[in-house]
Amino acid sequence: MTSQVDQSEAVDGPDGDESRPGSGDGRPGAAVPAGPAAPGGSPPRRSKPIRRLDRVIIRFAGDSGDGMQLTGDRFTSETASFGNDLSTLPNFPAEIRAPAGTLPGVSSFQLHFADHDILTPGDAPNVLVAMNPAALKANLADLPRGAEIIVNTDEFTKRALTKVGYAADPLADGSLEAYHLHKVPLTTLTLEALKDSGLARKDAERAKNMFALGLLSWMYHRPTRGTETFLRSKFAKKPQIAEANISAFKAGWNFGETTETFAVSYEVPPAKLPAGRYRNISGNLALSYGLIAAAERSGLPLYLGSYPITPASDILHELSRHKNFGVRTFQAEDEIAGIGAALGAAFGGALGVTTTSGPGVALKSETIGLAVSLELPLLIVDIQRGGPSTGLPTKTEQADLLQAMFGRNGEAPVPIVAPATPAECFDAALEAARIAVTYRTPVFLLSDGYLANGSEPWRIPEVDGLPEIDPDFATGPNREDGAFWPYLRDPKTLARPWALPGTPGLEHRIGGIEKQDGTGNISYDPANHDFMVRTRQAKVDGIAVPEVEVDDPSGEARVLVLGWGSTYGPITAAVRRVRADGGEVAQAHLRNLNPFPANLGAVLRSYEKVVVPEMNLGQLALLLRAKYLVDAESYNQVRGLPFKAAQLADVLSAAIGTLDEEDHR
Amino acid sequence: MSESGFPSLHLVPKAEGPQSARDFKTDQEVRWCPGCGDYAVLAAVQGFMPELGIKRENTVFVSGIGCSSRFPYYMNTYGVHSIHGRAPAIATGLASARQDLSVWVVTGDGDALSIGGNHLIHALRRNVNLKILLFNNRIYGLTKGQYSPTSELGKITKSTPMGSLDAPFNPLSLAIGAEASFVARTIDSDRQHLQSVLRAAAAHEGTALVEIYQNCNIFNDGAFEALKEPGTRDEALIRLEHGQPIRYGTDLAGGVFRGPDGELFTAPVTADNEADVLVHDAHAASPATAFALSRIADADTLHHTPIGVLRDVRRPVYGELMASQLATAAAHRGPGDLATLLAGNDTWTVD
Ligand SMILES: Cc1ncc(C[n+]2csc(CCOP(=O)(O)OP(=O)(O)O)c2C)c(N)n1
Ligand code: SF4
Ligand SMILES: [Mg+2]
Repeated sequence: MTSQVDQSEAVDGPDGDESRPGSGDGRPGAAVPAGPAAPGGSPPRRSKPIRRLDRVIIRFAGDSGDGMQLTGDRFTSETASFGNDLSTLPNFPAEIRAPAGTLPGVSSFQLHFADHDILTPGDAPNVLVAMNPAALKANLADLPRGAEIIVNTDEFTKRALTKVGYAADPLADGSLEAYHLHKVPLTTLTLEALKDSGLARKDAERAKNMFALGLLSWMYHRPTRGTETFLRSKFAKKPQIAEANISAFKAGWNFGETTETFAVSYEVPPAKLPAGRYRNISGNLALSYGLIAAAERSGLPLYLGSYPITPASDILHELSRHKNFGVRTFQAEDEIAGIGAALGAAFGGALGVTTTSGPGVALKSETIGLAVSLELPLLIVDIQRGGPSTGLPTKTEQADLLQAMFGRNGEAPVPIVAPATPAECFDAALEAARIAVTYRTPVFLLSDGYLANGSEPWRIPEVDGLPEIDPDFATGPNREDGAFWPYLRDPKTLARPWALPGTPGLEHRIGGIEKQDGTGNISYDPANHDFMVRTRQAKVDGIAVPEVEVDDPSGEARVLVLGWGSTYGPITAAVRRVRADGGEVAQAHLRNLNPFPANLGAVLRSYEKVVVPEMNLGQLALLLRAKYLVDAESYNQVRGLPFKAAQLADVLSAAIGTLDEEDHR
Repeated sequence: MSESGFPSLHLVPKAEGPQSARDFKTDQEVRWCPGCGDYAVLAAVQGFMPELGIKRENTVFVSGIGCSSRFPYYMNTYGVHSIHGRAPAIATGLASARQDLSVWVVTGDGDALSIGGNHLIHALRRNVNLKILLFNNRIYGLTKGQYSPTSELGKITKSTPMGSLDAPFNPLSLAIGAEASFVARTIDSDRQHLQSVLRAAAAHEGTALVEIYQNCNIFNDGAFEALKEPGTRDEALIRLEHGQPIRYGTDLAGGVFRGPDGELFTAPVTADNEADVLVHDAHAASPATAFALSRIADADTLHHTPIGVLRDVRRPVYGELMASQLATAAAHRGPGDLATLLAGNDTWTVD
């Protein structure tokens, strides 16, 4: 939303946090007198009018080789350090270098930032930076009329236009009339700025993304010092490149300030977030930190067994950097060895973790079943991506829920924890570890590509306030006769003792063959098997998980929207919109999918209609229907992209509308 | 055995008193078929373990699936009977996380070379501190007699009534090709030899692959008969001893020689050629001779089958390298501080 904003309020405008160009004009509102310059290193001199906005959605788009992800990351860091609330959506092709200048090769990064709390990367960009014709063509459909488009005119050659099927030059044929078009020869200007840098043309040209970043940093009053520091350290070994990038960045800033092309710049004041110390964090980083924190809080050494796969590899990379925390990372020969090693380490007393995506989970299934049978703590982190098979490696989806729930032979229940936002991945990792260690069970942590790569500000928690996890190792015999029975359970949790090799007197053998209750000896006895199957199920069913909270401010809502995982942002934004329009809708979000919270059945039954949006074909809805016999209504999308708030708001309004209509009949 | 005899166990706590084979037996009823070669191997291993002089509770047996993989249930140590083919992977995690353990893997020819082939070769190349006992009976025992990756070509089994079509693996050649630092072979029926090989394997730092020819008297009886029959065994077996000329046969009448083309061959030893008999060097840096030795036996008759340690070289051990990286990181950067990590370098404060 781009209207002028009253500074006295933390703004959550009538239309919630999403862009809704109600005026048909995505342009910023009226100018206000120039405000104070942004802190943190922006050059103070501002000669042009400044407008104040409550929020902005920017999309950087270019060729996969144009460095759009880096540009987006840097803008995000600047924005975070400025103190806006923000949410990001990187979107890139699976190919490392798809053919240059083609539609499949377009890589983009969307950033939504605001002076109030926001939930999604935004439905529709207010500003598109298009580095070439392909980027323009691939993204134009998402722009509302009136949005600003900054194009690199140097790339709009006849050849490049033909390559993506433009018969005429869209910059000249009037087809972009509905938008505010800024034609900037980014390449030429970058080369000009770097003519004395001593760099070859090809190398100099590569700095054009930093020129664009500089320009956008000027437009939105972003602090610039962080980017300079970043470039110096990134190219520490190539100071010439570092300086060239910084020069291009500054040239971009100055270009905005001095040329006629850009008449105004915009201010988005910092958000009023709850007090505390903040940083920006992506889901995969938060998850990695959560694992390290879980190791610290349990006193267990972290052991990661993993095989690279998008979008999970970054966790392997991140944990590999923290060996000084005693973190062992093992890049295995395959997925099966990754989880096998983690399980072996768990037998030895480590916090065993394996990280992967859907195809990897499929390979790990048999070992997960073994972990269920061995009753050892183990974390299986699944960063879901589009499937089936290789599917859409770099795109998001939530279609592994049933695989996590049931994807094993035999009755092999596994608890499932799913974070709702990038920052929540931290808490989810701790929660998954708590369940795994307390109940001696493998646990699924279901994140997805959107959470993994998306980022948001995170209030840094106090270490002392983090939950403690007690491994409660067995230290001596648990039978009066001095024997040790590896399957003698804690009557409350049904957890079995965890006895580590090296503990005298507790030598024992465990395996995947059915075990006699208590002794753990091999048993093929029918009654014993029946008992053990039910006991393993009862253990998982009995895991203490928090009740699901319902947000129903008026208490009058008849429709409940229930989600899980990364749909939290769009669902919440949609709920705000519906309420702003006077609609009543209740919202609940599941973080524990196995077992479900104890109050879930009652919650579902207390609404006339339950709508379940998912980025799959209705997997949670299937579970809810089976377990609670409620007529949960699915709303599904599997486009590799998160839902849009506007889209979900329509769905919710329609659901409310149907109930009202039924009343009138 | 003094503790220096087992350098691979230098981080494993020593036993407080003497142990006996009985200490390593469990109360579980052994369930192999009567007459199965696995019994002899179990007895040999139980008899050998006290020699290690380490705490029993610091010993772990990890197995896959197969008749032989039942082994851990009968060893009064810690143990995991895992899933088919995955024991090397699971044991890799355990051994690289816990250097104070002596970790043994028990596997079969199907378990190690078919479904688990990938894990086996990678454990070997990494040189994880594992002692892998590969029970090779050249058949799938537990699933009742299908041919295995070590069965001879043309093998008639339930799944190959007209004979198997695929050429077998030579497990030792495979292991040497996979950069194994220790490769040996022994036989279930020769307890003394079996224990001598276990001793060498236990002393080895890193992954030791011990192929044990094991008779499955139900589904592949007599597979190694030529190596066991008093009438043929002397001719059939080549007993390797490091530093000794490689000779075999009654009165050591045969020897192994290197031909002008570099290939190894067997021939009667005469006064003229006695000086040319190849001297076994298990520690040779190049794996070439060990590889050639691993293939010198006649595939049909098993004549000239080398047993003993073919290769035993020093290479850094995976778990130690892993631990030393942790130590280096802690030394350079200081032990990890969670609060510092969580905060990162780019923070802002909201009042
Ligand atoms: C995933 C899986 N596939 C197949 C099997 C069936 N299976 C069990 S043991 C075995 C072969 C065992 O042969 P080997 O490893 O030579 O052991 P042996 O019984 O001969 O000692 C097979 C195919 C299984 N348990 N698990
Ligand atoms: S089937 Fe063969 S290998 Fe298995 S226990 Fe019987 S004799 Fe031994
Ligand atoms: Mg076999």
